[in-house]
Amino acid sequence: MLKKYIKNKKRKQFNEHKRAKISSAFFLLPSLIGVAVFFAIPFIVVLYYSVIDDPVNKNFVGFDNFISLFGNEAFRLAAKNTFAISILAVPLAVILPLLLAVALEGDIPMKSKLRTFLLSPMMVPVASVVLIWQVVFHHQGVLSNIVTLFGGQAVDWLKSEYGIYVVVLLFLWKNIGYNMIIFMAAIGNIPKFPIEAAMVDGASERQIFFSIKLRYLSPSILFVTIISLINSFKIFREVYLLTGNYPYKSLYTLQHYMNNMFIRFEYQKLSTASVIMFVVMVIIVGILFIAEDRFGKDVEH
Amino acid sequence: MKKKKLTLSRFLKNSLTFVLVFAFSLLFLFPTVFTIANSFVSESEINANYGSIFATGESGGKVYISEKVNLKLIPDRVVFTQYYTVLFKSPDYLLKFWNAVILVLPIVVFQLIVACLASYGFARYRGKLRQLIFFAYIVLMFMPYQVTLVPNYLVADFLGILETRWAVILPGIFSPFAVFLLTKSMKRIPESIIEAARLDGAGEWQICTRICIPACRSSIFSVIILIFIDYWNMVEQFIVLLTDRDKMPLSVFLSEINTGEISLAFAVAVIYMIPALLLFLYGEEYLVEGISSSGGLKD
Repeated sequence: MLKKYIKNKKRKQFNEHKRAKISSAFFLLPSLIGVAVFFAIPFIVVLYYSVIDDPVNKNFVGFDNFISLFGNEAFRLAAKNTFAISILAVPLAVILPLLLAVALEGDIPMKSKLRTFLLSPMMVPVASVVLIWQVVFHHQGVLSNIVTLFGGQAVDWLKSEYGIYVVVLLFLWKNIGYNMIIFMAAIGNIPKFPIEAAMVDGASERQIFFSIKLRYLSPSILFVTIISLINSFKIFREVYLLTGNYPYKSLYTLQHYMNNMFIRFEYQKLSTASVIMFVVMVIIVGILFIAEDRFGKDVEH
Repeated sequence: MKKKKLTLSRFLKNSLTFVLVFAFSLLFLFPTVFTIANSFVSESEINANYGSIFATGESGGKVYISEKVNLKLIPDRVVFTQYYTVLFKSPDYLLKFWNAVILVLPIVVFQLIVACLASYGFARYRGKLRQLIFFAYIVLMFMPYQVTLVPNYLVADFLGILETRWAVILPGIFSPFAVFLLTKSMKRIPESIIEAARLDGAGEWQICTRICIPACRSSIFSVIILIFIDYWNMVEQFIVLLTDRDKMPLSVFLSEINTGEISLAFAVAVIYMIPALLLFLYGEEYLVEGISSSGGLKD
């Protein structure tokens, strides 16, 4: 009797399970169709374009497009610049928000006001503050005035080797608040007991920070690093709004290269660059995924 | 546990931290405040202050243009002329503002609807295949425009919607960001609630719309704010998918006004900030919650 009952119940549960699987799949449909039509299927076409010689002849050429793209000077410059911007922007976009988050968790007044101030740039469209950036960084702008006051030379900051710093500054202004909030949430989630135990044992604040807090924060640090790396690839927006489609050489990014290829209808180069970028992104996100798994286990034990 | 004593050194340290963070946050506030302040400055004063930067050939004859830029936070005389001009005399800027509204509203509304359904689908049943698809969504979410614009262009070309608003709106609707955030939130709904509803005879549709979506209300607000600011600030699409200047939103057009009409530009910049700043004012807590829960790929 009992066996039969359990068997029945199991079958019922199994049916229930299957029903949930099928009926809830329908809810996925609109999104799946949209993603397939606007992203997945055309990307397969992009993949195809990257291995043929041109859309008319359609000869399979293997990796020729990739090899010639890596040999292309404009592409190499764009890739190099994008990489240089990331190297400069990412560490700052991780360290500054972490310090700010720690400071805002401490014993200081006006915490919520300060958080609001630091988060506000996120809401301001970049285009709205481009004017200010120009007032400050123009040849005869504020920064040049200050520099000449101390006996330096006036510089058109955006159209010089310093341009990359100006753009990174705008990037940091926009992104620090977001990263800071992620760190603040992570700091709030650190369990109290290891810290209390360490305090009882007489550990100093610095020791507690480096050997306990930082360990619990490591998944967030990794996440913010990767998010910032990805966002630094999008820095084109700031560059474009500040300097247009033809920036100073050191600000020529991958997106500029792609735009030029769009204008010239160079589908092969466009598709190939897109595929390379895609592969890089999959690797980056994959690393994040695997590392989150590892970190998660590390913190649990 | 004994309470921390407020010693002199601790007090000094806290004060120093406060001063540093305060200075830093003022620096962060500066561009916004400065833009707002300058939108109330008269045209002649703007030209006097920044003319040397933005002056074009034809205004070269004016005598009040100084050699150097004069950065000012408090105007000599507060005027509303610029706002009057922008709102009543130059339909071009208003049109660009509405262009942004026409593009952003449908993206926010329909991305939300599509995402509410999809996130229910992802949260309700977690098989291997669905986990794989969800991973693909995450990868897609992180893709920079360098990658997604080419496929978007090809589809728009194929469907014949290139250079129409649909070329921007449709890919926006199916962008997976909202799905990602809402799925995380739906997975947090206790299984027992859903179980109870089903025993009461509720179907999947009812469970989704009557229980799960209302339960995620605060996440939905966060998602609305995050999608809105993302698209209110969009730029890249208008270099490739929709290059018609008449259909451009202010987020791109603003950077092109800087010569000639500089005094208007500040007022236009402020008008464009207002919707986003209002959302921020009323929804900061939701924004913070949304960002906090986006930190990490796993739930």
